[in-house]
Amino acid sequence: MIQLENLTKRYGKFTAVDRISLTIPQGELYGLLGPNGAGKTTTMRMIAGILQPTAGRALIAGIDVNADPIAAKRRLGFIPDRPFVYDKLTGIEFMRFVAGLYGQSGPELERRIGELLELFELRPWGAELTESYSHGMRQKLIIASALLHRPEVIVVDEPMVGLDPRSARLLKDLLREFVSRGGTVLMSTHTLEIAEAMCDRIAIVHGGKIAAAGTLAELRTQTASGDVPLEELFLKLTGGLSEHELSELFDR
Amino acid sequence: MNFSIADPRDGSAGFRDILLPKWLSLRNRLRRERSGAGTRLLLLVLLGGVFWAGAFAVSYRVLRYFKGVEEIGPLLAGKLLGVGLLAFAAILLLSNLITTLSTFFLAKDLDMLVAAPVDWVWFYLSKLTETLAHSSWMVVLMIVPMLTAYGIVFNGGPLFPLVAAGVLLPYFVLPTVVGSVITLALVNIFPARRARDLLSLVALLLMGGLVLFLRFAQPEQLARPEGFRNLLEFIATLRAPSHPLLPSEWASASLMNWLLRVRDPLPPFLLWSTAAAFVVIGASFHRRLYAPGFTKSQEGANRGKVGSMGARVLGGLLSWLPVTRREFVLKDVRLFFRDATQWSQLILLAVLLIVYVYNIRALPLYTGERVPYVVVTLVVFLNQGLAGFVLAAIAARFIFPAVSLEGRQLWLLRSSPLDLRAMLWSKYWVGTVPLLVLALTIGFITNQMLQAPPFMLVLSTLTTVSYTLAVGALALAMGVFYPQFETENAAQIPTSFGGLAFMLAAVCLLTVIIVIEAVPVADQLQAWQAGAAVDFPGSLILALGLVVAACASATVLPLHLALRKLSRMEV
Repeated sequence: MIQLENLTKRYGKFTAVDRISLTIPQGELYGLLGPNGAGKTTTMRMIAGILQPTAGRALIAGIDVNADPIAAKRRLGFIPDRPFVYDKLTGIEFMRFVAGLYGQSGPELERRIGELLELFELRPWGAELTESYSHGMRQKLIIASALLHRPEVIVVDEPMVGLDPRSARLLKDLLREFVSRGGTVLMSTHTLEIAEAMCDRIAIVHGGKIAAAGTLAELRTQTASGDVPLEELFLKLTGGLSEHELSELFDR
Repeated sequence: MNFSIADPRDGSAGFRDILLPKWLSLRNRLRRERSGAGTRLLLLVLLGGVFWAGAFAVSYRVLRYFKGVEEIGPLLAGKLLGVGLLAFAAILLLSNLITTLSTFFLAKDLDMLVAAPVDWVWFYLSKLTETLAHSSWMVVLMIVPMLTAYGIVFNGGPLFPLVAAGVLLPYFVLPTVVGSVITLALVNIFPARRARDLLSLVALLLMGGLVLFLRFAQPEQLARPEGFRNLLEFIATLRAPSHPLLPSEWASASLMNWLLRVRDPLPPFLLWSTAAAFVVIGASFHRRLYAPGFTKSQEGANRGKVGSMGARVLGGLLSWLPVTRREFVLKDVRLFFRDATQWSQLILLAVLLIVYVYNIRALPLYTGERVPYVVVTLVVFLNQGLAGFVLAAIAARFIFPAVSLEGRQLWLLRSSPLDLRAMLWSKYWVGTVPLLVLALTIGFITNQMLQAPPFMLVLSTLTTVSYTLAVGALALAMGVFYPQFETENAAQIPTSFGGLAFMLAAVCLLTVIIVIEAVPVADQLQAWQAGAAVDFPGSLILALGLVVAACASATVLPLHLALRKLSRMEV
């Protein structure tokens, strides 16, 4: 379970995240949507303990990330939007290192590494330095590494960027399977079709605040929209150029 | 705003357009730093001023001395300038080899520029200018005090700075063009990342060779009037720099001709015409080889499997450690030995140590005469200071960058349940244990060479251990306070402001240690001269206690502050 209580992040006078409160129960896949710079990544990095909140708190499985970071992080698998890994480690060495951070080693770990490499079709590349990996391969390596320690909660920022359609499908199935077994996922994405198809509930973040939150049906009710797709809802809540305005832009 | 399709003949980017973003970035960075870091600027200006004053004072003194030597004085000054410019040209060539790889093949703006309608001539000239600026600014800083001394000693007049600038411009252009052509050829053979590793290694080997060559040439003989005969012999052996086809010789001749009022237009003509011809030749190489080279530079570095035998052995040796710490140490060791920009610095370390031991060997303690006890003790005592400085330089190279090298991967460490204290201590011991082994080895070898008295051996060993532990902590902590997360080349991290601040802190600690120990050591010597027995008196034990306390504070406090900073660090 993830709980955010008045989570706030300020950089000087600029408020990137403004008193966000959310509860994501066990067994739920929650989508975080919003335009660029809305505060999604900052929120996720605060949950992962990378950034410290200016005010409020984030709890993972009931544990405050700032008060007891080690216990909270043991339950978390974080997948960032940009797949930075150690260039001079091989894929297998990187996974072993990540497992080591969670205190894992031994034959059981080696077996799991093999399984995950197989699952993400990285086995032929496992013994090669990650500097020769493509963006998508690095992304898959990070996803596989985040699953090594069998987390209770997964926080995943823009997971589909750089993935080929097969891997994207695999990840979708994996996350759905994870929540069906009682896991919790918070996922940010710009691909509204993916959010619509995968997420149990969605929050639309705009200007650091939650503009609307709930199931798709609840969002429609909240915004007094009819049976419109998520894209229309999103544009209505976050603002966007109409077809007429775009045409004018090209004509001027 | 108009989004309609433009006429394709409308225009293309020129020299100014390509370089403008670089200039604007530099200006914005300076503005930002000026507004936020007055102390930093002051410190840099102060250190720069001290360096310039020192370089000027040494050059001035040597040139005054040369000028006083009848007949051959100006010749010696000219030779010295020629040798200096030749050494700088070698440094420039090496620097250009590496810089070209970044500016022409690995820079982040290249995709945009290569995809834009930029004329190849402007592209070449602007990138060449950028390479020249990046690779030459440090040499310019070093050359200015030296040439100022020449201008003053030989009455160069108010126009001398302009003449010097006119001579130096083509002198700087030549190694830039040569370096860019060599790198262009290399990139067409190897992928760019491989070429970078190769070039880093070659550059460091050559740089090390150059330092050893200059040291073994025994320049200290220049400072001794009685060694003047040797100086003449020394210059006579330096025939290579007198070769008429070397541009450094043309530059030196142009400057000396101006200073000695000799009218000879040939050296500046040769310099300018050769530089112009080289730019044209370089441009034609660029036109033919750049496109295939740039394509090749997009390839990955290494698709081969890597060996892990060493790591397996080390893993076995470290099996007693908890898994998190063991994996952390293994990761750091693997990254160090697989990154040429990191391990190749061991070459510089070896050169530094050879020169250091050679310097001890070259002391006039080995002339065959019996050296007084007082002198030996003093040299051993001062050797502590020198060894301390060498250890600080090594810590700056290998321990200071430790946190910066985590760089973009810090997200992983921060989001995992890794105890930051464990990470910091792991990095501390990984860096400090080899440093301690090295420090004790240097101390043992040099003390043996100097035949140090027993009380100095004890003092020196205990001081070395305490100081090394403190210097390791200071280096690591300064690396946390001044991280360089964006730097890809590990060798550049110690040259940052934080590296400088660390060296200053280490020198301050060293000064404190020497001041504390100086009094009891002096008392010991006085007692010896008075005929008293030399043992290990209370004042020395007290001094040692103070040194250990100072070093313990310089170990614990920085690490404590670093841990606090690290836990608040946002990436």
